[in-house]
Amino acid sequence: MKLNELSIKQAKEGLRTKKFSSEELTRACLDEIKKRDKNLNAFITICENEALADAKKADKLLVEKRTGTLLGIPIALKDLYLTKGVKTTAASRVLSDYIPQYDATVVSKLKNAGAVIIGKTNCDAWAHGSSGENSDFGPTKNPLNEEYVPGGSSSGSAVSVAANMCLASTGTDTGGSIRLPASFCNVVGLKPTYGRVSRYGIIAMASSLDSIGHFTKTVEDSATFLEITAGKDLNDATTPEVKVDNYFEDINKGVKGLKIGIPKEYFIQGLDKKIKEKIEKIIKFYEKEGAEIVEISLPHTEYAIACYYIIQPSEVSSNLARYDGIRFGNDRSFFGDEAKRRIMLGTFTLSAGYYDAYYKKAMKVRTLIKEDFDKAFMKVDAILTPVSPTLPWKIGEKVNDPLKMYLSDIFTVTANLAGIPGLSIPIGFENGLPVGAQILGPSFSEKMLFRIGNCFEGSNQNGL
Amino acid sequence: MDYKPVIGLEVHVELKTNSKMFCACSANYFGEKPNTHTCPVCLGLPGALPVPNKKAIEWCLMIGLALNCKVSQFSKFDRKNYFYPDLAKGYQISQYDMPFSKNGTISISTKSNNKEVLITRVHMEEDTGKLLHFANDFTLIDFNRSGVPLVEIVTEPEFESSEEVIAYLKNLQQIVRYLGVSNADMEKGEMRLEPNISLKKAGSKDLPKYKVEVKNINSFRFAEKAIDYEIKRQLEILKNGKTPAQETRGWDEKKQITVSQRQKEEANDYRYFPEPDIPPFKFEKDYIDKLIKSLPELPDAKLARFEKSYLLSQYDSEILTRDIQAGDFFEEAIRAGQSHNINAKQIANFLINRKIDLSTIEPARVIEEIILGQNITIEKKELDNIINKVIIENTKAVNDYKAGKQQSFMFLIGQVLKAARRKIDTDLIKKKLEEKLK
Repeated sequence: MKLNELSIKQAKEGLRTKKFSSEELTRACLDEIKKRDKNLNAFITICENEALADAKKADKLLVEKRTGTLLGIPIALKDLYLTKGVKTTAASRVLSDYIPQYDATVVSKLKNAGAVIIGKTNCDAWAHGSSGENSDFGPTKNPLNEEYVPGGSSSGSAVSVAANMCLASTGTDTGGSIRLPASFCNVVGLKPTYGRVSRYGIIAMASSLDSIGHFTKTVEDSATFLEITAGKDLNDATTPEVKVDNYFEDINKGVKGLKIGIPKEYFIQGLDKKIKEKIEKIIKFYEKEGAEIVEISLPHTEYAIACYYIIQPSEVSSNLARYDGIRFGNDRSFFGDEAKRRIMLGTFTLSAGYYDAYYKKAMKVRTLIKEDFDKAFMKVDAILTPVSPTLPWKIGEKVNDPLKMYLSDIFTVTANLAGIPGLSIPIGFENGLPVGAQILGPSFSEKMLFRIGNCFEGSNQNGL
Repeated sequence: MDYKPVIGLEVHVELKTNSKMFCACSANYFGEKPNTHTCPVCLGLPGALPVPNKKAIEWCLMIGLALNCKVSQFSKFDRKNYFYPDLAKGYQISQYDMPFSKNGTISISTKSNNKEVLITRVHMEEDTGKLLHFANDFTLIDFNRSGVPLVEIVTEPEFESSEEVIAYLKNLQQIVRYLGVSNADMEKGEMRLEPNISLKKAGSKDLPKYKVEVKNINSFRFAEKAIDYEIKRQLEILKNGKTPAQETRGWDEKKQITVSQRQKEEANDYRYFPEPDIPPFKFEKDYIDKLIKSLPELPDAKLARFEKSYLLSQYDSEILTRDIQAGDFFEEAIRAGQSHNINAKQIANFLINRKIDLSTIEPARVIEEIILGQNITIEKKELDNIINKVIIENTKAVNDYKAGKQQSFMFLIGQVLKAARRKIDTDLIKKKLEEKLK
């Protein structure tokens, strides 16, 4: 096994026992980037020199037997995460040369944990998109089949982990932007509870929906990562004082005795038959492992996309107002079509005379969707659903049909509207393309999501 | 036809908190080097998030309570979206439909009448940066003021003259100063006034169909002049059978007129929506009760109490309640004076007549001075008696002095000093003695 193919857990063990150095590990990742990124286009900025310097520093600390949860581990950051002194573009030409003056809270935390930042990953510009094709710096390709999209918006982050260019990466999930590319690229993706991880220093898409999560190769690695990033941040008023759990406490406990809900509204006509079969198989698996499977109803699911596509552009239209080119960045003519579409849509839905009919009503629907989940979680511990209604599609297939593109988020936007956490885990392949399952839980139940996800991963190394 | 002015006010008061409304930067920007009190939050940089200043919110609530407003149990911030280069984020964090408090009253009195003015709402927002224009060439932005906490106090359109407006402003200024939450200095922009002025037909109940907002008023004097000018200007238009335009005008101090700045064809659409970066607020009753208890005695109440308890005139009470320090000083002096039988009226007279600078003196010292002043009067009476006695007992020396012998005068002074058995100002003795021997 090549060094860059290791999980965080495996790499940490190798570094600890001096089987290899962080520099070697980092070089292995950089080599992989050099080999494949011309095609995949997962990175906007590669921090080769900085990464190697950090890796050497980490090696010194390792010799001194100093520890750090991610000491010497190469990771990548979605290019929405501000990095002091390192260009941060949001994959938009508006910020093509923007060099931030400060690190995002999560970036500081990762640096403090000893992580080696190897580069900034490509994504749909401003995180607007489900395929990774909306980047102003060219689309990212799916490493499993380069004719296909990797899913978006955190496309490059998912690809960087899937293609072993780094061991983990960060993403943002506003409507599915971590879970969808995770499932399209066969990696683990976590969208934590809203507010569990600080948004400070991460370019905002839709502030009431943005969740700060990550991609890893394993469920355990996802838990390791969240232990670093989670927690109250004095710079983000939406991070509550909720204790960060020990995510490893129950991770090997299995699912015996847990009630897993299957929402009937997620098994609709548009759902790919093959995906449906795969989900049925994983349901069987959990049942066999001792979980109680309960059919539930989330009756307002059908309004989720409509609701999301009012609230999200409304907030987008306001959040993008500061990018006027007066003090930093380029002027507004540099916005791409999708950003312009959302600015116009959001400006319209917030306008006097339309506010009540759109935004206000959408907020009411949002409450109903939240209540659907509250009621469901009185009956079950977690909910299992597909991540995407379809398999990854070919590059270019949906670019001219934004509505069709929006519908790919149909199973993921609900968690953002409700603020609950969702874990996307790979469950196998169909026609050579990966399929993912989504485990949803009540707010701050990430510990249980890891437990359920790990149970499957532990016994199905080769998928279903 | 007779017309009556209809004036509503929007007043912005800048709070003197240490830090800004949504970040840790110093809020004290006056006279500071441009862009030195800034951070990613108040510069509106990508990724920055606002964290509300608890003290500022508390002070905003206190202003509301002092203006007899009802504090909302639930409240939130909203985004007011508009574009202007001094607005870093492209929106201002303000409050739209759920201000921290609303429906208050404030009483004002002018020479002609007393009245209660209704306060519509008291809400919290952030200040903007400042544009500095250079000779039509270029404009620079100073963000030191960006994010400084501002409280907006809106009244119903119930003022009928500039005199009433000034009375209200002075009252409001005094209240916020009593609360210790703002210096409310208009010249420094710590208190800003935007009056909406229009005229209606006398006797009509309906509000006029237009209103004119006047900006750039930075002193009480300008406020008075601008309002008076605007009333006169609008009256002339109305008398010619026309309706004044709905617009924003600015006070031009040099020309002593208001000048049209912006015609408001349609109302601005600020596309308000709840600020997603700040969770909504719920104020518990206990917390509000605590705040109410923490309020200082306010000027009106203090004035009434001074008149009643200390039997002071309204004039004296007004002077002694002008600021909270004066009242405190006065009452401390009263306590210090009790054991010396010095009463409130004596203290008030002393403080007011002598125009005592309260910052340079302790209340106890004031009592000492009053006692000393009394001693001097007693001494004067005693001195008269002593001098009379010395004149009677020393007829020879008196006659010698009257005959032109100056030495005898010095002798008589010596006799007075001897009889008094204490040090007395010799100039005073000289003066008195000369008078008596004329």
